[in-house]
Amino acid sequence: MRLEARASLSPAMAIAAPFMAVALTLAVAALFVAWAGAPVGRTYALIFEGGFGSRFAWSETLTRATPLMLTGLAAAIAFRAHLYNIGAEGQLYAGALAAVAVGGLHGGAGFDLPAPVLFAAMMAAAALAGAVLMALPAFAKTRFGVDEVVTTLLLNFIVLLFVSMMLDGPMKDPTAMGWPQSVALKEELELPKLVERTRVHAGLLIAVALAALAWAVLRLTTFGFEVRAVGANARAARFAGVPVTRTLVVVALASGAVAGLAGAIEVAGRAGYLTLDMSPGYGYTGIVIAMLAGLHPLGVVAAAIFVAGVLVGADSMSRAVAVPTYIADVIVAFALLAMLVATLSARFRLRWR
Amino acid sequence: MTDPVLRLSGITKRFGTLVANDGITIDLARGEILALLGENGAGKSTLVSILFGHYVADEGAIEAFGRPLPPGDPAAALAAGIGMVHQHSTLADNLSVLDNVMLGTEPLWRPLSRRREGRARLLDTARRFGLSLDPDARVARLSVGERQRVEIAKALYRDARVLILDEPTAVLAPQESEALFATLRGLVAGGLSVIFISHKLDEVVRVSDRIAVLRHGKLVATLPARGASKASLAEAMVGRPVPPPVAKPHARGDTVCVIDRVVVQGERDAERLHGVSLALRAGEISAIAGVSGNGQAALIDLLCGLRGADMGTVTLGGRTMPADPQAWIVAGAARIPGDRRDVGTIGDLPVWENAIAERYRRPFASGGIVRRHAARAFARSLVDRYDVRGGGIDAPARTLSGGNMQKLIVGRALSGGSGHADRYVPTLIVANQPTWGLDAGSLAWVHQQILDACARGAAVLLVSEDLDEILALADRVAVMHAGRLSQARPASAWTLAELGLAMAGEGARDAA
Repeated sequence: MRLEARASLSPAMAIAAPFMAVALTLAVAALFVAWAGAPVGRTYALIFEGGFGSRFAWSETLTRATPLMLTGLAAAIAFRAHLYNIGAEGQLYAGALAAVAVGGLHGGAGFDLPAPVLFAAMMAAAALAGAVLMALPAFAKTRFGVDEVVTTLLLNFIVLLFVSMMLDGPMKDPTAMGWPQSVALKEELELPKLVERTRVHAGLLIAVALAALAWAVLRLTTFGFEVRAVGANARAARFAGVPVTRTLVVVALASGAVAGLAGAIEVAGRAGYLTLDMSPGYGYTGIVIAMLAGLHPLGVVAAAIFVAGVLVGADSMSRAVAVPTYIADVIVAFALLAMLVATLSARFRLRWR
Repeated sequence: MTDPVLRLSGITKRFGTLVANDGITIDLARGEILALLGENGAGKSTLVSILFGHYVADEGAIEAFGRPLPPGDPAAALAAGIGMVHQHSTLADNLSVLDNVMLGTEPLWRPLSRRREGRARLLDTARRFGLSLDPDARVARLSVGERQRVEIAKALYRDARVLILDEPTAVLAPQESEALFATLRGLVAGGLSVIFISHKLDEVVRVSDRIAVLRHGKLVATLPARGASKASLAEAMVGRPVPPPVAKPHARGDTVCVIDRVVVQGERDAERLHGVSLALRAGEISAIAGVSGNGQAALIDLLCGLRGADMGTVTLGGRTMPADPQAWIVAGAARIPGDRRDVGTIGDLPVWENAIAERYRRPFASGGIVRRHAARAFARSLVDRYDVRGGGIDAPARTLSGGNMQKLIVGRALSGGSGHADRYVPTLIVANQPTWGLDAGSLAWVHQQILDACARGAAVLLVSEDLDEILALADRVAVMHAGRLSQARPASAWTLAELGLAMAGEGARDAA
C-alpha cells in the first residue's frame, strides 16, 4: 500500500473531497450509534430532522452557525497565511467582554450616546479586543520566531480567567442573584431578530457579509495575493518583494478582530449579557470548520451550517433515542480527520501494491 | 562482461496520458559506470524512481544481482544494495548531518543511538571518498551543494553496491568533481556499479563507460562513451542540433552597481562576507566562481535585497540600496535565484500569479485591486514568448518541470513586467546558478537570454559553481573563498588550474 502523487489535480476531486469526507464520517459514526444500541437509520433521520427538518430546526441551526461562521472565518484567514491562530476562543470572550464594557448598563445606565454610534463603538471595541490579543503572538512570532500555536492557545486560559474575574468583580450584574454574569447590554444595542418567534438574529447577515468580504479580499486584492503568497511559501514571497512581516501582522490582527466580533455578536444577538459558559468551544470548533471548508471563506459558511446542524440535531435526537449528544462531537471530530484524508487523497493516489 | 548486476526489461510507466517511460530495456554490468542522458521530462528521474521503488512500473521487470526486485519497495532496493542520491534533497532539515546519515540504519528498539560509532564510520567514509563534511552541522543551514555531499555520504554509509547519482556534479567544484570521479572509478574498480545522470556532456564522455540517451521516455541510443562525440550526443538528446550561445558584439557601459567593502556577519561561515568589493558595468558579465558555502549566498542575498550589509555599502544606479527586495526590483534588478522551487516560485499559486509576483503592486494592480485581466494577459505573453510548457497559466507552478520553471523565472525577471520584453533592459541581472540541473536545451536557452540582455546593456553578476558555464559566459571572473573575493580578472587571464587553486583558497589571499 503506498501513496503516489497524482499527475494533475482535478477540480471535481477538490469539490467532491468534503462530501466524501462527510459520507465517511457518517459511516464511522454509525458504528458508535449501533454500539449505543440505537437504530442507525432512525438516529440519523432524527439528527437531520432536528438540524434541518423544519423551520424551527433551521432557525436554531442558523443561530448556532452564526458564531461558528465567524470563528471559522477567523481561523481560515489566519491559516491561509500559515498563521495558526488557535486562540479564537479567548478572542471571542475578550470581544464579548469589550462589547459589554462599552454597551452594558453599568450602574443601570451606561454610556449616553445615540444607539447607532454606541453600536458601532461596541463592535469596534470587540474587534479591537480580539486584535489586541493577537498582537502579542504576532509580535513574538515575527520578531523572535515564537510559535503562535503555543502563545495563542495559552492566551485562551488567561483570557478566560480574566473574564471570570471580571464577571465576579467589577462587571458583575448586581441583580443576578449572585450568579457570575455580566451586566446586561442596553436593549437598543441588541441585534434584531430576522424571523419572528425564533432566535435567528442579524448577526447571521454580518457573518455571511464578512465571509463574502474575506473571499473578495483574498481573491481580488493585492493584500489577498500577499496573504496567499506568504501562506504558500514565505521565502519565495519575501524574495518577490512581499512584505512578509507586515502581512502576517495584519492577518493576525484581522483574524483576532473577526473572532472578537463573534463574541460581541453572540452577546448582542442572543443572551444580552455575558456568562462564562456562553461559548461551548466555538473558538475551537471554528478550526474544524475552517479545515472542513478547505480554508475557503465561502466554504466556511456552508461548513458552519453543517456543523451547527449536527450539533442542534444531535441535541434533539438524544431526547428521542438513547444516544448521548456526544455523538455530535464524534461526528465533528471525525469529519475533520476524514477531511484531512480526503484532501490528501485528492492530491495523492492510493496504490494497493 | 560479467553477468549484469541490474537488468531492466521493458519498463513502461504512464502518468495519465503521458508515457514517462516507454519499454525501456537496459543492463548495468558489474564495475560499470552507466551515464543516463536526457532532457528534463525525458524520463530519467522516473526510471531511477522505479528502480529505487518510489514508483511502480506499469509494465516490465527489474532484476538485481540475478534476483527479481519486488516493485515499489525502496526497502528492498536498499537491501539489494541500491543506493540513491536524489536531485532534490531528501534530508530532514532540522537534524544534523550525522543524524540524517544514521537515520533508518539503526533498529528502533535500541535504547541508545550508537552515535560514537556512527560518527567514526561517517568520518571514515567521508575521508575515504574525499568528501568534506561537518557531522554536527544542521542540514537546514547547508547549501544545496553541501546537502548533496551528505546524500552521497549517506548512500556510501549504507554499503551501496549500485549507486544511482542524479545530477551529482551540478553542485560540485571542479576539484570536488574530480575527487568524486576518482572515487567513482575507485568504487567501480572494487566491483561497484554506478548509474550517473548528468547533462554535462564533457564529464559524461570522460567518466562513464557507456551512455544511454533517453528522449520522450524512449531509449534512443546506447553507445560506448569512448569515442562518442558531444555534438552527436546533444543532438540525440534534444532531437535536433543545439546551437551554442552566441554573444552579440556590444559596447561596455558605465559602472551601475558598486559593492564597496561590504561586511556581512552571518550566523555561520557560509553566510559571512569579510570586506567584499566589486564594481559591475553595463554590458559586462562578471562571474563569481567558488565552491558553495563560501559566502556566495550572502552576496546574492545582498544583491537581491534580502539582507543588508553590516558594514560598507551597495549602490545601484548611484543610489544606496536598502534591504528590501521591492526596492531592488523597482530599481531594475532582474534576479534569478539559485533555488527555483523554494525561492523563485510559489508552488501552490498558479503560473500567472507567479509571473506577476515581483510586480503585483505595480503595474499589475491599481487601488489595491489586482488587474486580473492585464496580469493574465501578461502571463500568457510570457508563457508564449519564453516557451514555458506545462498546464497553462492556471496550473500550479509546482507542476512545471525544472526547465520550464526556470524559463518562467528568467522570463519574469528579464521582461520587467512589460509586454514588450524586447524594449526592456534590466539595470542589473543577478543570476545565481541559473542553469543548475537544466538539460542542454534549456541551459543554452538561459545562457542566450543572459547574453542578449547583456548585449542590450544590462550589467550581469553570475554566481556559479560550474566553471564551464563561467568560462562560456563571463567577461571577468573573481573567485570567492571563505567570505573573501579575489580580484576580478578578465576571464582569459585565468587558467583552469589557477581558478581551481583560488577556489580551494590558495593564492586568493593577495586580493580581498
